[in-house]
Amino acid sequence: MGNLDLTFFDWSVIGPFVWKGLIFSLWLTVVATIGGVILGTALALMRLSGKKWLEVPAAAYVNTMRSIPLVMVLLWFFLLIPFAIGRPIGAEMSAVVTFIAFEAAYFSEIVRAGIQSIPRGQIFAGQALGMTYGQNMKLVILPQAFRNMLPVFLTQTIILFQDTSLVYAIGAYDMLKGFETAGKNLGRPVEAYLLAAVVYFFMCYALSWIVKRIQQKVQIIR
Amino acid sequence: MKKQIVLAAMTAFVAGGAIAQSAVDKAKSSGSITMGVRESSGALSYTLGDGKFAGFHVEVCQRILAEVEKQVGKKLEVKYQPVTSQNRIPLLQNGTVDIECGSTTNNATRQKDVAFLNTTYVEEVRIATKANSGITNIAQLNGKNVATTTGTTSVQHLRKHERATGMDFKEVFGKDHADSFLMLETGRADAFVMDGSILAGNIALAKNPAEFRIVGEVLNVEPIAIMVRKDDAALKKIGNDTIAAMVKSGDMAKLWDKWFMQPIPPKNTKVGLALSESTKNAWANPNDKPMEDYAKK
Amino acid sequence: MAWDWQLFCKETATGEIIAGCFGKGGDQTYLNWILSAWGWTLTVALAALVVALLMGLIMGTLRTLPNSPWLVRLGTAWTELFRNIPLLVQIFLWYFVVPAIFPALNDVPSVILVILALGFFTSARVSEQVRSGIQALPRGQRYAGMAVGFTTPQTYRYVLLPMALRIVIPPLTSESMNIIKNSSVAFAVSIAELTMFARQAGEETSAPVQMYLAVTVLYAISAFTVNRIMRVIEQKTQVPGFVAAGGMGAGH
Repeated sequence: MGNLDLTFFDWSVIGPFVWKGLIFSLWLTVVATIGGVILGTALALMRLSGKKWLEVPAAAYVNTMRSIPLVMVLLWFFLLIPFAIGRPIGAEMSAVVTFIAFEAAYFSEIVRAGIQSIPRGQIFAGQALGMTYGQNMKLVILPQAFRNMLPVFLTQTIILFQDTSLVYAIGAYDMLKGFETAGKNLGRPVEAYLLAAVVYFFMCYALSWIVKRIQQKVQIIR
Repeated sequence: MKKQIVLAAMTAFVAGGAIAQSAVDKAKSSGSITMGVRESSGALSYTLGDGKFAGFHVEVCQRILAEVEKQVGKKLEVKYQPVTSQNRIPLLQNGTVDIECGSTTNNATRQKDVAFLNTTYVEEVRIATKANSGITNIAQLNGKNVATTTGTTSVQHLRKHERATGMDFKEVFGKDHADSFLMLETGRADAFVMDGSILAGNIALAKNPAEFRIVGEVLNVEPIAIMVRKDDAALKKIGNDTIAAMVKSGDMAKLWDKWFMQPIPPKNTKVGLALSESTKNAWANPNDKPMEDYAKK
Repeated sequence: MAWDWQLFCKETATGEIIAGCFGKGGDQTYLNWILSAWGWTLTVALAALVVALLMGLIMGTLRTLPNSPWLVRLGTAWTELFRNIPLLVQIFLWYFVVPAIFPALNDVPSVILVILALGFFTSARVSEQVRSGIQALPRGQRYAGMAVGFTTPQTYRYVLLPMALRIVIPPLTSESMNIIKNSSVAFAVSIAELTMFARQAGEETSAPVQMYLAVTVLYAISAFTVNRIMRVIEQKTQVPGFVAAGGMGAGH
């Protein structure tokens, strides 16, 4: 490996720098997924409600978010949140709010496609049984839709985890930042990037392997 | 309807200055105060990892906050918020941080938005290069790759220098100082133009510090100071009094020695930056003059 | 402070307001700068898109080959490698780590490295789409190709790919939009594109809101234009009467 010094790869030395960032990256991923799915489902239901005054704002929100880079959204929210709520907010909290708002747009598209993937006959069947809209959603459509969506959902979560590396733009301390700081302060910056890549790869690879297993399990066979 | 909300938010932003309260009063009521710090601004302000920060300006600020504690008469929780050169001013203005202890140049533009304590450190913009590069002055950088950091005054400074002399640098920009230095280290850049202390600090942390050298003329002199909110007269007074007392007692010179001459954590390396005449001058004649006033001399 | 859009007419070194807003003879206004930044964003994104489509098509196709386990593994390894590392980290790999192992790469301009990094990253997503597009075709199509005596390349060239590529156009629309947005990480290695402009000019002018707003609008226009172009392509290439299973995709 030519000019690289791999003795740097010693967890007891770099652990203290990386650990805190790793926890934050994972925590941000989990919170943003849960928040994003809830908000995203609400947005999807608004867009499918058939009522213009719900559809239009939801569509505008989703399309705006989907056409701006995450880095820009992070910068925007960091600048504007304190003025919207009237008190200061740390980089980490700002990142959480941004990720929820940003990911909701993507999750809403997944939910919408999932609901639309349910054959119309199922909805009619529900109606024929005298179910209300809410009952129909809850008992017939959403359970199937979520099953269809699950793999894409989890894939999106892996992407979300990768995107946590972008929070450096507002100075939050994530896993990549942990590696960078360790590399800088221990005089091994190049090796730190390589190690970061290896760790990210194995984490994401393991996750996507799990996704594949789940996909085979939950598939609805028609 | 969405547009209106955005517009309202904008107006709120533009109206700005919604936080008129002094950080001292805020600390009294909330029991906490937030210090803006840098991840890697040489020995002025840097992280030890694990949420700990240290450096010359960080320690000066700790003394100031100890004084604030005395005045409000209760123990304060000091929070550390890492900032970057892009967000430090907005964050100070919006109240996320109360006092910024990094490496901010005091200039006339910034004085419109924030207030500076009396200058504690006078920075000289220099050139760092590989010791074996043969580069000894800025004229030799014509046509070379010159690294600097996005969002700093050095970017504009290089541009002005190019305009004035008709030289052509191939500028490469790092997302932070550590990255800019890495560009020099890996040969992507032939020189790194930045504040002397940042250069010295990065060299000290390098794999092989002897490989690098700070060369050439002083490109610019910049007063570096601790920042507080523009309307925060109370904190500014405590800060300036503390600084004056530290200079008088000789503590300031001791701090300089501790951070710039002695081995510092985490690797116990020395920065090796002797106290410059211009910094001594600033301590002897306390002032918050912006960079533009230095240039006139 | 009023909405001071004259900011964009300022010369970037001297700070003078230039009449007409476009600098002449070496002068550069913030307006000149943001337009050139937009140019860089589009250049990087479009060049990376070409790389992504090419590599994605090759690797995605390899993964569906019937009797070549090593080619399948190559395609899979490529896809897994490039989609499981964050783009930002991949860019640093190309910029700092790979040249440390192969010093010759130090002389490659950073824009080429960014295009390759962004292109390979996206190619992994494209490869997934191409693979599932081919696999979504009824098995009979492949057998039909074999039955008329086609070789494997011929089956792909004349039967499978023409259908599969049309199926994957909708997911590729969102990948094309993603690549414009993802080009925003290029500034981390010194490409003077829109996000870098937002950060540097926001700092220099002390007016981040105006700078961010202008940059955001340019991103939105770019993404919208790509979306429209792809929509036209989609309509032009639709296979009448053939509706593939609805494509759901994750991405940014």
